[in-house]
Amino acid sequence: MAILCDRNTKLLIQGVGRMGQFHAKLSLEYGTQVVGGVAPGKGGQEKEGFPIFDTVAEAVRETGADASVIFVPPPGAADAILEAAAADLRLAVCITEGIPVLDMARAKSALADSDMRLVGPNCPGVVTPEQCRIGIMPAAITRPGPVGVISRSGTLTYEAVDQLSRLGIGQSTCVGIGGDPVIGTSFIDALSLFEADPETSAVVMIGEIGGSAEEEAAEFVKSNMTKPVAAFIAGQNAPPGKRMGHAGAIIAGGKGKASDKIAALEANGVSVAPSPADIGSTLAQAAPDLLG
Amino acid sequence: MNVHEYQAKALLHEFGVPVPEGHLATTPEEAEKAARSLGTPVVVVKAQVHAGGRGKAGGVKVVKSPGEAKQAASEILGMTLHTPQTPPEGKLVRKVYVEAGSSIADELYLAVLFDRAVEKFALVASTEGGMEIEEVAERTPEKILTVHVDPNEGLQDHQARGLGFDLGLPGDQVGRFVSFVRGLFDLFLARDCSQVEINPLVVTETGEILALDGKINFDDNALYRHPDVVAMRDPEEEDVRERAAQEIDLAYVGLDGNIGCMVNGAGLAMATLDMIHHCGGSPANFLDAGGGADKEKVKEAFKLILRDPNVEAILVNIFGGIVRCDLIAEGVVAAAQELGVEVPLVVRLQGTMSVEGRAILADSGLNITPAETLADAGQMAVAAVDKGSK
Repeated sequence: MAILCDRNTKLLIQGVGRMGQFHAKLSLEYGTQVVGGVAPGKGGQEKEGFPIFDTVAEAVRETGADASVIFVPPPGAADAILEAAAADLRLAVCITEGIPVLDMARAKSALADSDMRLVGPNCPGVVTPEQCRIGIMPAAITRPGPVGVISRSGTLTYEAVDQLSRLGIGQSTCVGIGGDPVIGTSFIDALSLFEADPETSAVVMIGEIGGSAEEEAAEFVKSNMTKPVAAFIAGQNAPPGKRMGHAGAIIAGGKGKASDKIAALEANGVSVAPSPADIGSTLAQAAPDLLG
Repeated sequence: MNVHEYQAKALLHEFGVPVPEGHLATTPEEAEKAARSLGTPVVVVKAQVHAGGRGKAGGVKVVKSPGEAKQAASEILGMTLHTPQTPPEGKLVRKVYVEAGSSIADELYLAVLFDRAVEKFALVASTEGGMEIEEVAERTPEKILTVHVDPNEGLQDHQARGLGFDLGLPGDQVGRFVSFVRGLFDLFLARDCSQVEINPLVVTETGEILALDGKINFDDNALYRHPDVVAMRDPEEEDVRERAAQEIDLAYVGLDGNIGCMVNGAGLAMATLDMIHHCGGSPANFLDAGGGADKEKVKEAFKLILRDPNVEAILVNIFGGIVRCDLIAEGVVAAAQELGVEVPLVVRLQGTMSVEGRAILADSGLNITPAETLADAGQMAVAAVDKGSK
């Protein structure tokens, strides 16, 4: 089961530049079914053992692909997302960092009429251990198991997954939802997918300063989740008004502070790790059965 | 990215938003000349720095003759302005804006921004103009009016009209208000702004509607398609180190502690600061070396960290995904040797090629403390600083 992707997922690569090709190769080596690439004007070529198509629609017709990973540079990325939706893909995962907010706001609003799920942008991707790797995560640190991982950050996800794996706790699926102000899949979306997944028995969510997605997720956990949830919020010591790397990681007008997010999570029954070194152990305490 | 008030007003004017006439001056003589050419009985001399709260700090003076304008400019130019929005050392005033005075009947607040919670644009307005909007939101939230605009449908006239009536504007002024809002919104979209704030928006005694102050922020991700906006950048207003970091494609934020940090990834970089605090230490900076970190980039990052004289130890925390730890290790060794790093170095390498990376550090003969976990890294960095200060 897992969520979003598994061994049956047929993946397209939109944007087959240096980075797209490199990660397509790693995904193939991991056992992911990479069935084709999309690069306008380069249709008919062959890269890393998969065929290239001019359009997503053509690639879907020829390969039966149901998912796509997007490496298209910022000026064309929102258009690439909408092209994926127009071709009726089930899932698009956008890795691209640096898409203008205006472009994403328009694309997200347009996606309201589509059945496609978007993950990202500005995210590390999705990994279902030993089944499917979409994006840029170092899949070697993951191991199969019962914990769902949701994170706004890339490398901090690796840190959390590594802590879990070292405790002998595997993951059902690891989802990087992205560090931008406008993202396709929210904490709440991913939490509800994990709640419905019989192979997931607990969830780790890793948030950061900026916006109010963690506060909204906290209320969702209280009213909709039966599975234990542990969390960490990065940026507890970030100064206000400064963009901390991610476009979305900024405390603006007194809003988006880590302390408010932690208070909201704890008030709604989520165990929050006191330091980033305690993410694995906090989950183990919240879900003691996992340590068997 | 931010711009000065005079630049914001030029943009507002370009989009048909009424602003008072004004001229930029960098000397008292220019200010005098500007006041004379305006020819109004009252002129306002305003310090141009990237910070709000200038009035209370003495950076805005209302005067009644060109001679007084010269005097006011000589007082403001060269002063170091301290407001709640300036860094601790304040901001040096290098330019003033000399503007025609207005006869104010009423002060309002109006802003266009992107509301992340609903993923729509928002018009935010209030009858409480001229005050800090955060304060108004705190004390009298009922006085904040918000209208959401769908990104694909765009602003509808009825939305602006409704807002005008809700602000209590008389019918004959609402038409002007609608055109004002339209100009503001067009500017917001056309230049990829993240916020356009008019505080105060004034209604004059003759019933005109004017933007008396204007603050514009731009979406950094969209600057590639706005060379005209990039040209308005004022390097003197930006933090020297943050600017240097941008030029080499690193994300850097200066902090007031003594442990320099180099990390890959924004989330892990924030978490590393949290770890240091948790261990009782204080970080000197946030630094995300990004996904493309290699030997050269590591060296540049070290240079940047060492420009801060407060740095007493450096913590390198890398979780290799795309980034290869062996390349990072080579960079750390090269930086330590070529830059003559004298402060203690704590290095944690995990993930891709970390075994090779650790071997490179161990074989270098340099005094580098290796750390295994994030907790070890934090404790060792804090201990290194404590040891140094004893």
